[in-house]
Amino acid sequence: MHAITYESPKSLAQALSLLSATGEKGRLLAGGTDLLIQMRAGVRKPEQLIDAKSIPELQVLSFNSQDGLRVGAAVPCCRLIEDPAVRQHYPGLVEAAGLIGSVQIQSRCSLGGNLCNGSPAADTTPALIALGAVCHVASSKGTRTVAVEDFVVSPGRTVLQADELLVEFRIPAPKPHSADCYQRFIPRNEMDIAVVGVGAAVTLNGDTCTAARISLGAVAPTPLFAKEAGASLVGKPLNESTIAAAAALAQQIAVPITDMRGTAEYRKHMVGVLTRRVLTTAAERARAK
Amino acid sequence: MRTLQLRVNGEPVAREIPDNRLLVDFLRYDLGLTGTKEGCSVGVCGACTVLLDGQPVSSCIALAVMADGCEVTTIEGLAEDDRLHPLQRAFIEYGGFQCGICTPGQIMAAKALLDVNPHPSKEEIQGWMMGNLCRCTGYYKIIESIQAAAEGKGVS
Repeated sequence: MHAITYESPKSLAQALSLLSATGEKGRLLAGGTDLLIQMRAGVRKPEQLIDAKSIPELQVLSFNSQDGLRVGAAVPCCRLIEDPAVRQHYPGLVEAAGLIGSVQIQSRCSLGGNLCNGSPAADTTPALIALGAVCHVASSKGTRTVAVEDFVVSPGRTVLQADELLVEFRIPAPKPHSADCYQRFIPRNEMDIAVVGVGAAVTLNGDTCTAARISLGAVAPTPLFAKEAGASLVGKPLNESTIAAAAALAQQIAVPITDMRGTAEYRKHMVGVLTRRVLTTAAERARAK
Repeated sequence: MRTLQLRVNGEPVAREIPDNRLLVDFLRYDLGLTGTKEGCSVGVCGACTVLLDGQPVSSCIALAVMADGCEVTTIEGLAEDDRLHPLQRAFIEYGGFQCGICTPGQIMAAKALLDVNPHPSKEEIQGWMMGNLCRCTGYYKIIESIQAAAEGKGVS
């Protein structure tokens, strides 16, 4: 691996000042489970790594029923998955985080790292989009917010400027009778990259769907928010025909490629299958609440 | 270069290392703890598993500097006074290895499991251990070994 310098700032202010000094040559290190592989392969060559481990703002994990969930960008997935409030209110997010790698990876990897790596196939990104999560971004000049669906601009690239870092995610509080779900397809049971991933979050009032968000992974250069597919369900009951219609709309926005994991045609087909499955499961969970 | 200060298998260690030193290389080449093996180099096979403050991590995709101030436990740290750890004894008694390359990683991952869940079901063992590949045993004997260690069978 190329020569680097490593810094472990103890505050957000210290991290931002390091980042504004290094610019393009610096990169935040969360768990390193993607970044260090890329550095070993020479794919990314940051000169300075800024470790997020000791920045308290990036390690926040808190929930309340008014404001919802705050997840620091570098909170390890194992901590997120074990949190009782997260397990109770955001089962789809737990499903997505639990699909990333092994326990060895989950002890280090994070939602922020998964998003900032910019992979179209990141598992937690569709789950966050379905939940309407918002990114809080900071630089030494100020802060801004970005919806998760607007964060990745192309494979491996995000909206973050050289002096900016992702601080945390804010996820809205769950409404009564709402629930989420994430599923992916891979050809083996574990330890693989999604061929297709689909997230959904629905809110019910009696039998009627009052809100629905659907998101797709690994079928476009970036994770997608299938806005029309979700909107098509609002005001209707969630049954086989409305769910099939939403799945067809989700398929329309998928523009997958053919690669060793699957053909474009197969991926498009799987968008339909998984959208139907995650909507059905999310609806069952919402009814059970 | 920096002076890294940490505890390895209970002993304080201070070494001067470059910032790009991988944790697996630090353990193997700087400290001579060659029990930890490097397999895939991309965090998939589990051979390089060590415990970092009790958490299982892939040392091939961690920097040594990330362990500054931490406690690292490797396979060399499990036996006490020449007495093998129950997991080590179980892997011997129940045939949990053949060629042995994956075994240090298997045992470290299994230790992390038993530390948080002393009596796991077979399904819990399978779920936890899926990040540790073995090309010899077919896994049955590894699972049996972990079950035996958890039940204290034949490993006294």
